[in-house]
This record gives sequence, structure tokens and C-alpha cells, in this order.
Amino acid sequence: MIDIRDLNVVFGHGKHVFHAVRDVSLSVNRGQSFGLVGESGSGKTTVLRALAGLLDRVARVSGEMTVAQETLLRHRSQAFRRRVQMVFQDPFGSLHPRHTVDTILAEPARVHRLDRINERVVNALEEVGLDASFRFRYPHQISGGQRQRVSIARALITGPDIILLDEPTSALDVSVQAEVLNLLMRLKREHGLTYILVSHNLAVIAHMCETLSVMQNGEVVETMNVQQLRDHTPAKPYTKQLLTASLGYDRTAIDAFEEFA
Amino acid sequence: MAAEQTLRGWLLAEIPESKLQARCQRIFISWLAFIRNPVAVIGLLIIVGLVGIAALAPWITSSDGLEPDLANRLLPPSSEHWFGTDGLGRDIFDRIIWGSRITLYIVALVSVIVVPIGLLIGTVAGYIGGLVDTILMRLTDIFLAFPRLILAMALVAALGPGLENAVLAIALTTWSPFARIARAEALTIRNSEFILAAQVQGVSTIGILTRHVTPLCLSSVIVRLTLDMAGIILTAAGLGFLGLGAQPPTPEWGAMISLGRQFLIDQWWVPTVPGIAILVVSLGFNLLGDGLRDVFDPKSGG
Amino acid sequence: MENSNLSEPPLLSVEDLHVSYDTPTGLVRAVSGVSFELGREKLGIVGESGSGKSQTGRAILGLIAPGGQVRARRLEFEGTDLLTADLRTMRRIRGGGISMIMQDPKYSLNPVMTVGSQIQEAFRVHSKASRKEARARTLDMLRAVKIREPERVYKSYPHEVSGGMGQRIMIAMMMIPEPDIIIADEPTSALDVTVQLQVLAVLEDMIRTRGMGLIFISHDLNLIASFCDRILVMYGGKVVEQIRAVDLAQAKHPYTRGLLNCLPSLDGGQDELPVLKRDPAWLASPGTTP
Repeated sequence: MIDIRDLNVVFGHGKHVFHAVRDVSLSVNRGQSFGLVGESGSGKTTVLRALAGLLDRVARVSGEMTVAQETLLRHRSQAFRRRVQMVFQDPFGSLHPRHTVDTILAEPARVHRLDRINERVVNALEEVGLDASFRFRYPHQISGGQRQRVSIARALITGPDIILLDEPTSALDVSVQAEVLNLLMRLKREHGLTYILVSHNLAVIAHMCETLSVMQNGEVVETMNVQQLRDHTPAKPYTKQLLTASLGYDRTAIDAFEEFA
Repeated sequence: MAAEQTLRGWLLAEIPESKLQARCQRIFISWLAFIRNPVAVIGLLIIVGLVGIAALAPWITSSDGLEPDLANRLLPPSSEHWFGTDGLGRDIFDRIIWGSRITLYIVALVSVIVVPIGLLIGTVAGYIGGLVDTILMRLTDIFLAFPRLILAMALVAALGPGLENAVLAIALTTWSPFARIARAEALTIRNSEFILAAQVQGVSTIGILTRHVTPLCLSSVIVRLTLDMAGIILTAAGLGFLGLGAQPPTPEWGAMISLGRQFLIDQWWVPTVPGIAILVVSLGFNLLGDGLRDVFDPKSGG
Repeated sequence: MENSNLSEPPLLSVEDLHVSYDTPTGLVRAVSGVSFELGREKLGIVGESGSGKSQTGRAILGLIAPGGQVRARRLEFEGTDLLTADLRTMRRIRGGGISMIMQDPKYSLNPVMTVGSQIQEAFRVHSKASRKEARARTLDMLRAVKIREPERVYKSYPHEVSGGMGQRIMIAMMMIPEPDIIIADEPTSALDVTVQLQVLAVLEDMIRTRGMGLIFISHDLNLIASFCDRILVMYGGKVVEQIRAVDLAQAKHPYTRGLLNCLPSLDGGQDELPVLKRDPAWLASPGTTP
């Protein structure tokens, strides 16, 4: 379904060049949940944004990306925009502060000239567990978890096949995170969606994904099955250290930490 | 009253049921925040007063203020002529009132030219960036560097003297700071996640500029406009003073000061009253602008 | 109640602490009746947003924003009543007795002063040392927080150092006046997970060698459970459970159990996460006291 080959993303020019993503390749099958995990600066969000076509004006993107047999060129087609949607990390930042929930949800429908916009908006709200009373509220009037639901509803309006999730629950309280993760799983089942989930939280990735790639400094360190994660048998030492660190504070383990330059 | 209760109820309802209601609620809440500031309310009242007397001019004046009456030159304020008469015997009160229309005309015309141009150039430059930004900003700089008076004289030479041409000259030399303000806001907004979300949705660049970027730049621009309004009125007055703007016998306040200057010592009311009128209106716009800025501050929400 | 050092009097005693704010929409109770004691131990306060955990930490140091009211039956630090202490006493205590580390060093370090001069300043405020002594102490401190090139870091500016190093600098700065208690409010939330743990290891060493008390405020239950000795679970401004970290799996309060259950785990399958059902009764009950 999704195929990325030798993706490179370079920001800036001259003396201030920053190679954010180096030769990254990955492959996601239809209906799969693919995880991209890494610490800050690993390039995981950049990969997602490159796939979404958000970087073409601000960076040099090279490599081959194919989505549903369509090779992605510099300009994404309307069909791509209908098929591939994205949910961002900051629930407040990803909703326009001056637009009501209704405007936010109706926009993708209008842009793609879909019919029955009113119905679609109401349905999308229902699907994410928000009732009609939210429809004409502004983002600052609803909670973080509710805003993230609106973000998810917005991603569903065009009936996509693929949703890119950039740290969708990192800014949420733990109890709200559980609700949102459950929602995402249910939607995936009901709509046969394909997910690429970016997170720094190994537990979230292990919960949601079947396959994952670990990134560091713009490169893929290893790609593995989630079972390897659960069995604590990753191949590379960096991944092992990340896994150990995710388990909590363990003094002996910490004293053995290496610096991975 | 029952009707008032339901309107207030509708505006304060917990759950808005339509886009209109939601928008009215937001405006109402901003209004409540605005009137908490007494100084801002004074500003608003002054401007409302200006609009009021301009509208009611035919009914509150006794003449059109244009006919000379040389027998009654330079009369001091009295019950018959509240502000006295000027060098040609015209009632100053009436001229002030009719002049308010001209002031409003200047305000409106400049706003209508300056705000759209500034927003358009600023948002496009800020959002698109790169070469487009550079070109537009150099264009902005060129207009910023233009001395108003020279431009006004050039326009007058080309198009003939008149208020419209003076206003055009003012507008052409005033839009630059607004473009800069809009550009600064657009630069901040352009990397926000809601803009990225719109891009992912496939919203066109024009759509993003009009529906996403511009609404957020609007409040800064409007605040700046009200604060600049004093300067704009004074500049129009100055141009009128130089004979480049409103032509006699038009009762433009600046022109009135110009003509009345020679009488300052002995018949102080002739230039002073229009001067006070300009002062009051400029102050009104300033206070209004300050009040609006306090309301639009993002920290106060909405 | 649980106190790991029963032989000594506690460093800090908090009894029935209330923090409330008067807002245009009514009275907001951020903290409603929190009580606990702190000895020479690591005490974790865990809660979600709005639980009042940060406000509790700030109330102890008298750092509540103007407009907020702090009330308590008792708020005592080593025999000094913090509620009635005058400004001079509070100034002495802040930094010298109780210190605070906050979340993002970007915002808590002065960007226009070098690291060294800031730490020096913190030292000289609480002692009458000369500049030379202060510099020597600062370099010692930087070494103690495992900064490898203390002289170079001494001369750098906050924006020139990484997040993890910035937090270690903060620790150095807060430790140099030798306080007895450190309140750390989400000190590692902005850091990567490996760096987080390394910074906490540094903190742990310093606390152990100096016999200090630590109040560690966080939303990360796993981290607190593995790092701290005792845990206070806060919800709606109240402490709903006080428990030793090792006993966390046997927590009794439904909120704590709910929090534990709703965390995705590395070993878990792809089942639905049990969702926390908030019982309004939790807000009504007075909360636990030691």
C-alpha cells in the first residue's frame, strides 16, 4: 500500500545544511498499523510529513514514494489528498482557533466537492463519540481530548484509506490517551484503515502496531515485528537501550547506558 | 423585558446551535470584555458621536455652512452662533457638523484602500515566502519611502486638486506598515499545525490565505488602523492646509484651520474649534484602538 | 502513616492545604485539603492535568500567582511556619531551605547570562562567599552533575546546551545553596527517555549523598513508581491515595487502579485499554490523610 524507498530530506543550504532523513525505506501493507519510533531529532515526524507532501516547499526531498500504486510527485493529487489524511500532535494547534468545529469538519468536504456535507459532519462527530452539542463550539471551548477527537473526525470526512498519526496522544492525559487509542483501534477495524503511527512512546507503539521501525539521527536503525519488542529481543543495541529505558527507572541499567552519537 | 431576556439567553447559551449563534456569542463575549474598559468605551462613544452628527447633519444645522455672509464676519460664540462665525461670516458650528462628514469620508476611503491592500500583500508575502516575499517587501519599502507631500503634489498635478486625490495620496503612503504587520502575523502562523492540516486536506493556497491566515491577521491590522487614524486625519488636514486637499468652500476641518490661522490672536475660535474637533476625533480613535487591542489580545481568549 | 524515617521529625509537614482562585466564573479550588509529611526520602506526587499537583508544590514555596489564596492547618518546614513567615524568612528558605526545579530549562534559565554566572549568583545569594569561592563551588557542582567539561559549560549560554544538560545545570543551580528539600515539577518531561533517566540518576545521587528530601511531581506513573519511595496520587485537588512505591500494584483506590490499568504496556496485546470511569464520589470524599 505504502512504499518508501531511499527517502532523503535536507533542510537549509550552504553552511547550514541539515540532513534530517537519510536513506529511509519502509513498506506498509494495506490494513496494517506501522510504527515509527525514535527520540527527538530522529526524523520520524519528518518522514511522515514528507509522505504527506508537506515539505516540498521547505526542504529538498528525494527518493521514491508510492501510495496505492500511485508514484508521488512533487505535487500531490486531489485523489491522494482524499485518500491520505493526517492527525497531528498538538490538539490545540491543529485546529484553527477562529473556526467552529463545524467549519473545521466541513472544509475537507467542501474542498473535495463532496455531497451531503451536513450529514457527513454529523456522522463524523458521532463516529468519534462527540454529540451534536459540540458542532458549533470553538476549539478553546472544548478539552484536549475532545479536540483530538475533532482532529480524528476531520481526518475521516473524506473517507480515507490511510491515516498518518503524528504523536496523536503525546499531549494528552493518560486516561484520555487510553480513550483515544481505543477510538483509533475501533475506527481502523470498522473502516479497514491503514495507519502509520509516529511516537516516542514504545508502549503506545507496541499496543497499536504490528510492525515498527526504530529511527535515530535520521536513519532507520532496525525494522522489526512487535513480537520482538514484547519478547525484549531487538537486534540492535540502540533499540535494546530504548526498550530498557521505557520500562522505568532502573539504576543498574542506567549506569550501563551508552552514548549513541 | 421578555425580548431582551431571550436575546441575552441566546447569546449566553451553553450550546450554540448554529454557526451564526456561535459567531454572535463570540462577538458578544468580546463586547463584554471591551466595555469593561471605561477608556475604550469613551473612545467608542466619541466615534459613535461622530457618525451620529454626520448622519443628523441636515437636522442639527441651520445652514449648509457654505454661503458667505460678510456682514456677520468673525462673530464670537453666542447663542445664535454656538461657535461663532469665520472670516467669511459662515457659522462655524454648521461647518464643523458638515465637516464631520468629510472626516468620516476620509476615514472610510483610506480604510477601504489600505486594509485590503495591506492584508493582501502582507499575507501573501508572509505565507509564500521566498522570492515573492522579497519582491513584495521591496515594493512595500518603496511606498514607505515616498514622502506624502510630494506624492500628493504629483497626484494633484496629474489629476487636479481635490479631496479624493489627497486621500489617495495618503492611502498610497499609509498601507506599507499594514502589510508589514500582516506579514509578521502570517510568518508566525505559517508553521502552525492547523495550516499544515489544511495543506494535508488539499486546501488551495488561496483558500488558506483567505480562510485561515487572513482572519488571524485582521485584528492586528484593525487595531493598527484605529491607532493610525489620528495621523491620517491630521495628514488630510495638513494637505488641506496646503491647498492640496479639500478645496474651498468645502468645510474640511484642516482647511478651516488653514483659513482661520490669521485670526488666531483676536478671534481664537475660528481656527481653534476645528482644531479641537480634530483632537477629539483623533483621541476617540486612539482610545478605541487601545480598547480593541486589549480585547483582541490572544491571552484573553477569542 | 508511612514515613521511611520514623526516628526523625519530618522535614516538611503539610496539613489540610487549600489553594483557591477567584475567577470571573466563580471560585476555583485547585487544591482541596492535601496532607502529607516529607522525610529524607523521594516522594512522588502523580496526577493528571488539573489534579492540583503543581499547585501543591508551588504553595509550599509561596509561589502561588496573585489572586490565589493559600490556607492550611499546618505548613511547616523544619519548625518554621511557612504560612506566617515574613518575606525575609521566605527568601532565606527559598533556595536555601527548599528549592524548585521546573520543567523546561529553556524558560527557567536566564538566556542572557552565562551558565556560570547564574549558578554563582544562586550561591552568593545564600552565602557570603567571595567571587573566587563561588566560582570554585560552581565548577564543583557542575562536575557533581556529571558535566564533563565544566569550564567550557561555565562560559556558555543556556541556548548553547542540550535539554538534558540544561536540566543538569538547573539541578546544579538549585543544589548549590544546599537546600534540604527539592521540589521537582515535571523536571524531565521535556527530555528524551534515556536522557530523562540519566538526569534522574544524577538527581538521586545528590539527594542520597546530602540526605535531602525530594518531592517529585509528574504525570508519569511508571516513572514515579520506579524512581520514588512513596507516592501520593492526586485527583481533583485531593490526595486519593498514599502508598509506598513497591506496593503500587496493590493500590486500593479505584482512580489509582484505573490509571494503572489504562496504561498501554509493552507486553500487552492489541486489546482495548480499560477506560478510566470517573466517579463523582471521588471528588466529594475528603481525601486521605496520613
